[in-house]
Amino acid sequence: MESFLNRYRNITVLLLVIFAQLVLLAAQVKNDQDVRVIRVWAVTTVTPVARVAEFFRGGGAGFFKRYILLHDASEENRKLREEVGRLRLDNTFLRNEISTADRAKALQVFQQHTQSKMIAANVIMTGVGANANTVYVNRGSSDGIMRGMGVITPDGIVGKIVAVYPSASQVMLISDPDFAAGVISQKSQAHGILRGQGNDPLCKVDYVRFEDKVEAGEVFYTSGDDRIFPRGFAVGVVKSAKDGTPFKEVLVEPTGIQHGVEDVLIIMESIHQAIPELPPANQPMYISPAPPAATTPEGQATTATGDATTISSGTEADKLRSIYKSAGEAQNHVFGTGLPGSKPPDFKNLPTTPGGPPTKSAAPMKPPATGAPAPAAGADNPGTRLQRQAQVPTPETPAKSAPSNAITDPSKAAPKSAPPKQIVDPSKAPAKTPAAPPKGPGGQPLE
Amino acid sequence: MSYSSGRILLNSQREGQISRFRTWVLFAVPLASILFQVYVPLFFHWLAFIEMPLLVVVYFALMRRSPISGLVVGAVVGLAQDSLSKNPLGMFGIVNTLVGYFAASVGLRIDVDHTFIRLLLTFFFYVFHEVFYWVLARSLLGQHFALELQRIFVLGLLNAVIGISLFHFLDRLRETS
Repeated sequence: MESFLNRYRNITVLLLVIFAQLVLLAAQVKNDQDVRVIRVWAVTTVTPVARVAEFFRGGGAGFFKRYILLHDASEENRKLREEVGRLRLDNTFLRNEISTADRAKALQVFQQHTQSKMIAANVIMTGVGANANTVYVNRGSSDGIMRGMGVITPDGIVGKIVAVYPSASQVMLISDPDFAAGVISQKSQAHGILRGQGNDPLCKVDYVRFEDKVEAGEVFYTSGDDRIFPRGFAVGVVKSAKDGTPFKEVLVEPTGIQHGVEDVLIIMESIHQAIPELPPANQPMYISPAPPAATTPEGQATTATGDATTISSGTEADKLRSIYKSAGEAQNHVFGTGLPGSKPPDFKNLPTTPGGPPTKSAAPMKPPATGAPAPAAGADNPGTRLQRQAQVPTPETPAKSAPSNAITDPSKAAPKSAPPKQIVDPSKAPAKTPAAPPKGPGGQPLE
Repeated sequence: MSYSSGRILLNSQREGQISRFRTWVLFAVPLASILFQVYVPLFFHWLAFIEMPLLVVVYFALMRRSPISGLVVGAVVGLAQDSLSKNPLGMFGIVNTLVGYFAASVGLRIDVDHTFIRLLLTFFFYVFHEVFYWVLARSLLGQHFALELQRIFVLGLLNAVIGISLFHFLDRLRETS
């Protein structure tokens, strides 16, 4: 051995000196991912060993569990856990949407919604040191991982990628004192910055204004302000909130790392989602649509939205409209169905009451005194026809002039699918299209 | 005693004369070479092409005829250069270490007192220094600057000529035995 060292002393010293300077150089130089080269070398050297060790450990344990203890139960359990995690994400998303809108709208939004693109990863080793709040996952730059990507579980956020290596990535957990993420409370929408506290399992939320109301048990979600986590992912539950000046002292129990971190999801492309809302104090009530008019007895007042022919009270315009409508129905005419140029109903002999017998020279109402000469009886002109068509709503007009009560009106939920009969019913739009008798060019009512 | 002779290759390592220097020379000359490189170009910018530390490393490595001594001189001078540059520590260190080692190894087998040999070796080690630094900068630092071989050859020749003069001056500082 001594002769060997004497023989190769020069080259040995040369290699040692070169190696020492290479280490010195690698300790200073950073690669394009802003990671020092010596760390890249160290992780690249250690990671394959850890992967091999994990492979043999997992393989041995898996063999024991799958073939000796429970045949296929472990595999099934793993699949079920993956499915449960995925379903919990879907469930959270659906609950968020359903709590903020009606079911039809939520389903429509859900179909159009594209969730954040994620990639599954396994934790293969932890950071070095007793106070290490970092873990390494088995996804690296070869999988498209980049520095700054968020890491989550279905329960909540876990951390963010702080260093990327070819076959692994380093994740800074949210319990690390250097970690920071923008959060927002569920109830009061109070903004803050989540920070880890090292060995303390609780995280603190900084910069919550003292006038904001934050209570214990409230849930914090990611706000999306940090450009790392998309908005709407669970962060943790408030354990304590003390008043302070100028900011509150809020401690949060993180839900993402509460039960340890084994399988995680790395957010490749972020898509924000809504913060789930709490049930409001006065929820909107559902009001069913009005019963069909044909079932009510003639002349009996039913509901406020009933058929116009059964309304005994109302404005003069309503009465006049009912008279004209009954005259048209007596001649088997359906308003709104005639083509331009077709023969209009004969309004010469109008009944005095809706549904009553027609009279020869009935004057349903006095026209306003305009001073203009009245046209000849029975005279019809293009202007009259245009006005008459304007009174009878087309299938498109009721939807546009429908009442604006979007929550209680079921027809608003699916206006395009409503049957045409409901749409052309003039009683649906009494306010925006007030009924008026057909008038001539001088404002005289047509007879 | 004359160190120059008609032969270039030495029959054995025993024929090579190990030069000895005073201690202050081993510290003062490398220090002066580094000062020259960082200070003189402030006033005479056209002298910036002179790689004085490299010439000193080559000289001491050749004359000491000890690879370990040569690589140590190269490492120390190189690290000192690195510490005064904007590059990470180790770039010049690694290059000068290799230059010192190879120069000393060559000095074991060649009569380095010969002027032509000194000229040739200085030129060769200058080119080696520049090319290897370019490789290191490209591979370790990701710096992609051009390798101008023609310019390197010309400057290598100039440095070799200057090195001959410098070596004659440094020969007077060594102890005769």
